[in-house]
Amino acid sequence: MNEERPPLTKKERMAIDRVVMPEQDPELRAINFREVNQGLTYQLALLEAQRCLECPKEYCIAGCPVSVNIPRFIRFLRDGDVAAAANSLLADNALPCVTGRVCPQETQCELVCLRGKTGEPVAIGYLERYVADWAQAHADELEHATATRTRKSVGVIGSGPAGLTAAGELVHRGHDVTIFEAFHAAGGVLIYGIPEFRLPKDIVQAEVDRLKEAGVKIEPNAIIGKTFTLPELRERFDAIFVAVGAGLPVFMNVPGENLKGVYSANEYLTRVNLMGAWNEESDTPILHGRRVAVVGGGNVAMDSVRTARRLGASESTIVYRRGREELPARIEEVHHAEAEGIEFKFQVAPVEVIGDEQGWVTGLRCIEMSLGEPDASGRRRPEPIPGSEFELPCDMVVVAIGTRANPLLTASAPDLVVNERGYLQTDAHGMTSMPGVFAGGDIVRGAATVILAMGDGKRAAGAIDAYLNGTYPPEEKPAVEPRHRSAAATA
Amino acid sequence: MHTIRAKQHLSPNVWRLVVDAPRIAEIRRPGQFVIVRLGAGAERIPLTIADADPEAGTISLVIQSVGKSTYDLVELEPGQAISDIAGPLGSPTELLEAGHAVCVGGGVGTAVILPIAQELSRRGVRVTSIVGGRSREWVIMEEELGRAGEVLPCTDDGSYGRPGFVTEALKDAIEAGGVDAVYAVGPVPMMRAVSELTRPYGVPTTVSLNAIMLDGTGMCGGCRVTVGGETRYACVDGPEFDGHQVDFRALADRLSTYRVFEQEALAKREACRAESGETTPIAAEVRS
Repeated sequence: MNEERPPLTKKERMAIDRVVMPEQDPELRAINFREVNQGLTYQLALLEAQRCLECPKEYCIAGCPVSVNIPRFIRFLRDGDVAAAANSLLADNALPCVTGRVCPQETQCELVCLRGKTGEPVAIGYLERYVADWAQAHADELEHATATRTRKSVGVIGSGPAGLTAAGELVHRGHDVTIFEAFHAAGGVLIYGIPEFRLPKDIVQAEVDRLKEAGVKIEPNAIIGKTFTLPELRERFDAIFVAVGAGLPVFMNVPGENLKGVYSANEYLTRVNLMGAWNEESDTPILHGRRVAVVGGGNVAMDSVRTARRLGASESTIVYRRGREELPARIEEVHHAEAEGIEFKFQVAPVEVIGDEQGWVTGLRCIEMSLGEPDASGRRRPEPIPGSEFELPCDMVVVAIGTRANPLLTASAPDLVVNERGYLQTDAHGMTSMPGVFAGGDIVRGAATVILAMGDGKRAAGAIDAYLNGTYPPEEKPAVEPRHRSAAATA
Repeated sequence: MHTIRAKQHLSPNVWRLVVDAPRIAEIRRPGQFVIVRLGAGAERIPLTIADADPEAGTISLVIQSVGKSTYDLVELEPGQAISDIAGPLGSPTELLEAGHAVCVGGGVGTAVILPIAQELSRRGVRVTSIVGGRSREWVIMEEELGRAGEVLPCTDDGSYGRPGFVTEALKDAIEAGGVDAVYAVGPVPMMRAVSELTRPYGVPTTVSLNAIMLDGTGMCGGCRVTVGGETRYACVDGPEFDGHQVDFRALADRLSTYRVFEQEALAKREACRAESGETTPIAAEVRS
C-alpha cells in the first residue's frame, strides 16, 4: 500500500481532461506505413496518470482479461517512478507494448473505469503503451528475476499472443521452453496480421528477442500435424501448450469468389505484413487495387481497408451487413479509418463477385439489409431487403468475415477431442482430452482478441506449472469470458 | 539453414538441388511438397520433393527458373544455403496397390512423377512412364524413372523418342489395355489434355496442381481451386486431385494473377545484373 498523499485533490484530478493521443496527420499517414499513434510524451503521461482516482473497488483490474494491476502501475507513473511502473506492469502482462496498442480498452478496463460514468475514462491503454515502450527502451534498468531451473520441458505450439505469453510465464518459472512456429518468423498474428501502422514489427521482434534472451528456444518452419505430429511432441516434452490460432479463412460462399483480385484477409495481410509486400524490396507480389471493397466490420477488416488505402486505393470501402453500432472493431480503428478517407457501406451484404473475361474482379454485387431483433450475440440480426441489389464497382475484394479452426494439427492427434466446429475442448484450466496437453487462444475459443489469447496463455502457464509440479488442478479462477460491446458501452 | 550438397543441370532451365532437410527426408511421402524461402526479402514458394535420402538427411528440389525467385534459387552453389524449408506439406498421393500405372510427366512436372513412380514400383505395381519435352534436352529424369519401369520419352520436335505430345503415347498405352491408373503432372494444358483423353476410357487420373501458395497450411486460401464444382485448397486438400473433376481453366486463370509482377521482377533482376556485368546462365522463355 502506498500511504503517500497524492499531490492533487480529487476535485483537481476530476478537472483534468482526457489526454489526446498525438497522431500522424491523416492525409500523410494514408500513404505511408509508419505508426499512426505517436505515443504520449512524459508530461502527457504524467498528467493522464493524475486522472486515476484510485477507487477502492478497482473495477479496471477485473475488466482486464490478464488482470493487470492498473491502479498500481498508474500510481508509480504518477509519482514519476517509471521503472517501478514498468516492473509492475511487466509482472502482470507479458506483452504490454502489444496490448497497449491493440487491446479493445473501450470494452474492457476503460469500459468499467469509474471516470467513464461522468466523462471520459482514464486512457489506460495509452498509459500502458507509454510505460511499456519505456520499458522496452530501458530494458537494462528493470528487474530480471532468475528462476531455479526445474529440468521440466514444455513445447509450445504457435508463437502468437497466447504462445508467447505462456512461453514467457513458463520460462520465468524455470521450465525449459521450446516454441514451434509454422512460419519462418515468430509472432503469429502480431507479425502476419496486424499491420505495421498499428503495431510496428520492431516492437514485436523486441518482445520475441526478450523471450529468447530469457531462454526460450524457437523452432521456425515446424508445422505440427505435418513436420511433427502432436503425439510425437508429447513424447519429447513433459507438457504441451497448443496455441495455433484459428488459421483457416472463412469465405463468403458467393459466386465469383475465386476471381483474380479476391483475397482472404489472411492472405492479403500476410503478403503485406509478414512478407513485406508493401515495401519495394520484397519479392512477394501484391495487387494494388484502385477501388477496393473489404467485406467485414472487425479489426481485420479495418486493417485490410486501411492497408489497401496505403497501397494506393483511391476508394477503399468497408462493406458491412450490420450498422455502425454493431461494428466489432476497436473504436479507435474506426475513427482512424474514417480520418484516412475510408468509406463505410452499412447494412449491405455481398451476393456475387463480378468479373471480366480475363477473370479479374470488376465489381461486387450487394444487397441491402434491414436489422431485425437482436440475435444470440446481442446484435441486431441482418435480413436482406428483396429487390435492393446493386453493384459496387471495384477491382479488388478482401474477405474479412472471420476465421475458423484449422484441422491440420488435430488431424494428427486422434485422441484430441474437438467440438463440432473443430475447436479444442479443454477443462476449466485449459487441459485438453490428452493428459499434459493444454490449449488456449483462438483454437479453443474461436476467433477473438490478442488479449483474450494472452489471458489464456497466462492461465494455461499456471495450470501447466501445477501439472509439472504434481499439483494439478491449480486453484485458479475460471477463464474470463469474451464480451461483446453492448449498446450501453458505447453510449 | 539448409545447405546445398549437390547441384545438377537437368534441362536448359531446370536444375536439381540436393539440400539438407533431415526431418523432411525422413518422413516425406510421394506427392508432398515444401515451402522454400531463400532468405530475407525472398518469396515463399512451393516446390515438390522430387526425392529424399533419409540416411544423408537430404531432399531433392527440382526447380525451373521462370521468375526472379526461382532464378535466385538455381544460382545457388553447393555449400551455400537456403534459409527456410517448411514441410512436408500436402496430402500424400493415393497410390495403386497392384496393377499397371502410367505416369506422365511434362517438363519440370516430371519431378513430381518420380517419387510416385518409385513408390508404385516398390509396391510391385507395373509402371510405364511417359515423359515429354519440347526437344531432347528438355526431357528430364529419364534414367531415374527407368529404374521404376519402362520409360517412353516424347518430344514435340521429334528430336528424341517418340515424336509428338505425351497424350499420343498415353492413348496407345490405354488402348493396349490394362491401365489401372494414370498420374499426370506438368503444365496445365498438358494435364487438361491428359484428363480429357482418359475420361472416355474411365481410367482414374490424378493430377498435381501447382497453385499459388503462401503458407501451405490452409491459412491463406490463395491456392483455392475448383474441383467437382467445389472450392478446395491445393495445399491441404491436394496438391493432387481427380483430373476429371478439376476446372483447369480456372486454375490457369488464377495462376496468371501476378504475371505482370513476375515479368517486372525478372526484368529488374536482369537490369541489375547487366549493370554489374553479370550474365544470367540462361534466359529461358517462360513456359505457361
